[in-house]
Amino acid sequence: MIQDFINIINDYWLLLLIGQYPNGPLGGLANTLILSALAIALAFPVSILMALARLSKWRLLRWPVTGLVYVTRGVPLLMLILWCYFVIPLWTGADVPSFLIMLVTLVIYQGAFLSEVVRAGIVSLGQGQMDAAKALGHGHMSAMRFVILPQALYNMIPSMISTFVSTIKDTTLGYVINVPDLTFAASQVNNQLLTQPFQVFLILAVVYYILCWSLTYVANSIERRITRRRAGPRNARLPAEAAPLKTITEQL
Amino acid sequence: MSGFDLSAILSNPEYMSMLMHGMQMTFVIFFGSWLLAMTLAILLLALRVSPLRIGEPIVAAYVSYHRNVPTLVQLMLWYFGIFTLMPQGFSDWLATHNAEAIFAVIGLGLCQAAYFSEDLRSGLRSVSSGQMEAAQALGHGYTSAMRFVIMPQGVRNALPPLINHSVSLFKNSSIAIVIGAPELTHAVKEVENLSFRTFEIYTIGTVTYLFFSLIIMGIGAYLSMRADPARRARA
Repeated sequence: MIQDFINIINDYWLLLLIGQYPNGPLGGLANTLILSALAIALAFPVSILMALARLSKWRLLRWPVTGLVYVTRGVPLLMLILWCYFVIPLWTGADVPSFLIMLVTLVIYQGAFLSEVVRAGIVSLGQGQMDAAKALGHGHMSAMRFVILPQALYNMIPSMISTFVSTIKDTTLGYVINVPDLTFAASQVNNQLLTQPFQVFLILAVVYYILCWSLTYVANSIERRITRRRAGPRNARLPAEAAPLKTITEQL
Repeated sequence: MSGFDLSAILSNPEYMSMLMHGMQMTFVIFFGSWLLAMTLAILLLALRVSPLRIGEPIVAAYVSYHRNVPTLVQLMLWYFGIFTLMPQGFSDWLATHNAEAIFAVIGLGLCQAAYFSEDLRSGLRSVSSGQMEAAQALGHGYTSAMRFVIMPQGVRNALPPLINHSVSLFKNSSIAIVIGAPELTHAVKEVENLSFRTFEIYTIGTVTYLFFSLIIMGIGAYLSMRADPARRARA
């Protein structure tokens, strides 16, 4: 049994790592990481805009975004992927690669979830910060830019990392539209071997486990540091006093 | 293709029966895995708070595995991997008894149990230890204090994340399409292949999922209102 694992890794590690890269599209673990990093990098600004829109005093801005967030929270990611897979080529009239479709889907989906995190971060700062900034002569936008967002986003760093982890897990669903990621590579290996599905998928699970576990570990240690810092030097002994930011992320 | 026309699907008995079967299967998977997950979660929690030394690391490892491996990969491991390792007679029996749905329930249920048990645990942990001491000072034994003082507060604290994760479970039941379980998303894809009315059928599928997700969220809001004595007194 152990020998099987070693053999599979020996024979297919390159396929699992980069897919058929020099001779075909980039795939495997590299593509999973690139896809999730791009998705989170693009979802981040989108989520800030959505959070600001949800906190805006104009209904015209607030209602559609609130609706979008609720729809995204209530509909499976798979359904959203199918929508994008159908709609994007229809609207652009081009042959869009599945990688791009998956990227757009993830930006919408994670943008909506992250916007809840950003909103919670802004709300948890309290009204006093905004009032103080305005008293010092900042306008609304400038207060947001220089006072509110820097604090809110700093407190959000752990949530961002856990969103990154759930994005990595979300990319696996690209399997249904044949995005060449790690899961896709593993099922290719399985199709070539045919006789050792358990071994192949266990290797897949272990790779994801190591990846997500180490990122979660980093997130937790940063969270502890931030909680200490928010508590301030005098209360350093009482970190529990600072209310921990609610981590709102989607599990998958 | 003509314009957007929902009635082309809604008035077609064949498509509707496919969708109904899909919805039925989605609910079977959802309720089956929810029950499995909740039962397991309570067992895991009991194991964790029990004085057994070995309980803690086992539960921690269980939770860690199920939270850090994508649900899709867990389902694949169950259906493509563990299924083939089972004894011949048993796997033959499973294959004739809707193995896809059974493995979807097992995979999703085991995965969700990790989330549920963490929700319950953090709910119980947020009840301060003074509550237990006060209850015991008033003459409650351990079990009775748990039953009348700690559990009601703990479950109330755990309700919001439990509801969120129940919604996630309902949504995640769509992942079962990957191992071929004939649930709602599968039915939607099938009707799409037959009718070519992609817009209409996707809209129906999306609205159905959204409707039931919102119902679960609504039930959750109602339950947390009921569980909150302050708000119940006001109502």
